[in-house]
Amino acid sequence: MDLSFTDDERAFRQEMRQFFRTKIPDSIRAKVAEGEGLTKDDLVTSQRIMNDHGLATVNWPVAWGGKDWSPVQVYLYQDEMQQANAPTPIAFNVSMVGPVIAQFGSEEIKARFLPKTASAEIFWCQGFSEPGSGSDLASLRTRAERKGDKYVVNGQKIWTTLGHYGDWIFCLCRTDPTAKAQEGISFILIDMNNPGITVRPIYLIDGGREVNEVFFDNVEVPVENLVGQENKGWDYAKFLLGNERTGIARVGISKAKVARIKELAALEMSGGRPLIHDERFREKLAAVEVELKALEMTQLRVVADERKLEKGKQNPASSILKLKGSVIQQQLTELLMEVVGPYAMPYQRDFEGRNEAPVGPEYATEAAPMYFNYRKVSIYGGSNEIQRNIISKAILGL
Amino acid sequence: MDFDLSDDQRLLKDSVDRLIADKYQFTQRKKYQAEPTGYAAENWEALAELGLLGLPFEETLGGFGGGAVETMIVMESFGRGLVLEPFFATIILGGGLLRRAGSAELRGALVPRIVAGKLKLAFAHVERHSRYDLHDVMTTARKDGSAWVLDGAKSVVLHGDAADMILVTARTAGAQRDRDGVGLFLVDARAPGVTRRGYPTQDGLRAAEVTLTGVRADQCLGTSALPIIEHVVDEAIAALCAEAVGAMQVMNEMTLEYLKTRKQFGRTIGSFQVLQHRAVDMLTELEQARGMAMYATVMSTEADPVERRRAISAAKVQIGKSGRHIGQEAVQLHGGIGMTAEYAVGHYFKRMTVIDQLYGDADTHLRQLARLGGLFGHAA
Repeated sequence: MDLSFTDDERAFRQEMRQFFRTKIPDSIRAKVAEGEGLTKDDLVTSQRIMNDHGLATVNWPVAWGGKDWSPVQVYLYQDEMQQANAPTPIAFNVSMVGPVIAQFGSEEIKARFLPKTASAEIFWCQGFSEPGSGSDLASLRTRAERKGDKYVVNGQKIWTTLGHYGDWIFCLCRTDPTAKAQEGISFILIDMNNPGITVRPIYLIDGGREVNEVFFDNVEVPVENLVGQENKGWDYAKFLLGNERTGIARVGISKAKVARIKELAALEMSGGRPLIHDERFREKLAAVEVELKALEMTQLRVVADERKLEKGKQNPASSILKLKGSVIQQQLTELLMEVVGPYAMPYQRDFEGRNEAPVGPEYATEAAPMYFNYRKVSIYGGSNEIQRNIISKAILGL
Repeated sequence: MDFDLSDDQRLLKDSVDRLIADKYQFTQRKKYQAEPTGYAAENWEALAELGLLGLPFEETLGGFGGGAVETMIVMESFGRGLVLEPFFATIILGGGLLRRAGSAELRGALVPRIVAGKLKLAFAHVERHSRYDLHDVMTTARKDGSAWVLDGAKSVVLHGDAADMILVTARTAGAQRDRDGVGLFLVDARAPGVTRRGYPTQDGLRAAEVTLTGVRADQCLGTSALPIIEHVVDEAIAALCAEAVGAMQVMNEMTLEYLKTRKQFGRTIGSFQVLQHRAVDMLTELEQARGMAMYATVMSTEADPVERRRAISAAKVQIGKSGRHIGQEAVQLHGGIGMTAEYAVGHYFKRMTVIDQLYGDADTHLRQLARLGGLFGHAA
């Protein structure tokens, strides 16, 4: 048992640190640190830079621009990216649709989509959830009816994150309404510029626009846009959802938040002294730090184990990464809001573009919205209750 | 980075696990506990034969030459068995102090006897007012010619009644709570002026109240030994964390088995979602604790006391929290049977409760960690 990194791994970490802190523009990293929403341009710019250095799609097959890295290298890459407050490469492109196309798509569809997906020339969004199909995703009803060399798509998707940035959407559609729920679903790629598609915003409790409803009204899609086989889409969706194992804990992001909380709590005064000297506050923060360290250890154990496991098998510890990681992220946003005290109150989203000075310190403006917004992390990607169902069945055998 | 055990470590683990499986079924444990000493002399001999009593000592003195990882392996296994023998008191605490503070001569005289199972040790440091502060010492040590004479009273000395020799903290200089002037002395447990009142503790192990009246110490291991004592205690906390992981693992296994077999309303109770989710939370707590026990193990040998303390305190916080959660839930999910003395799960719960109170409970260590600035965002 040796928890230290090798010299090579340390050098690799240094290289990653250097890259993320010098090549990703400071203006973008500052927005991430403050929890300010990123524009499409920010996300695309950052991803292009990473892609130009071969660092956007490290999880892909080598033939399509991936890296044959060890799990430790992948971990260090993520950790440094997150601690540098660099934006994660667009998840819909890099960890969702890209790997599905690379794994299940024809050579033709790979050549057509993968390079543009890597360079973010296409900004993807995800069409999975529907109003009636949240946790019970397989009950989805959006219909893709085969008519000659086209599918005609009708239905509605919801919670489409950054759908308003999307150039294309990958959708789960029902292609065989007579089959069992999981067996009649296909994975189809749809150009958002198609006639018949309407994107309508859903404003969240933080006041931001992040998710959308997407309506399909007789949208015609060429059959070449089917990924893999018809009616096998559920298998591909499971592959997609199971792909993200260790990054989901977002340990690096939480570490960056702890550092920021300490930095700001040294500036904010409470009882005539910096808040960071308040015992009650310090202990609350320390309690979260303990959980975060434990999660990091769990993540490292998963990472170290990955090379020994058969493909597709999971270390039992990996199952708790999302569960625990989401709660820690939420606790840190609570603390960050507490740090700014009364300056958490002013709602300043309406000031955007008006050139008014912020009320209170600049760093306070996003504290409360981020707290509200982060309630999502225990809901999306399979709510924590669904995670518990999965762990109970798959790990505990209950 | 590598969480694997070496071949030798794997062999050690196999042999200790086998010993626990053979000798430490719950019904066997009850018999040992009923002995006047509260443990089985034959088990102590078995530990000696396996070489486990030499675990941390140098090989030239007949020891095993093991490090922190070897200690972790043994303690985790002992946690599974709820071992009653004075291994922690003699080998981890007493042995640790001898190893770090004892002269070569003293080690040469005592270690072979410890390894052979002929000498048991205890560490006396708690006083009525000291709570978890190792530096809060009223017991006095004064020089009488070349000898040191000790006066004071020590509480909850783990296995103090079984010990042949006791390591005692006593003040050689300074005020009650000064960090300087905390001496470490070796006392013959049967020396004139030593009185001991032994008693069982909540977890079925034993401890003693020890009073010292004009006791002439055999040896002074340091007149101002706090840094060394704190390092040994940090190593001991790492060992307790490993033991706790073993105990929590058993509670989770027992609870899971119960959920899968106990039937009510015509179905196994593990089919109820409300219980499934609670079992998942127990697993989460265990995995978080396991990671921190490993972290504590690795960091326990760190020379920088601040770095080491941060890690050890963080681990003790996690272990205390996980242990309380898993212990309480294990009893609750078993229902009435979990409350009974004849069923094992409650005994694991009680051991976890005691472990939280040894060398600083979760709140004490959380406060300490907070005062040291937390875990993240330091230059290192």
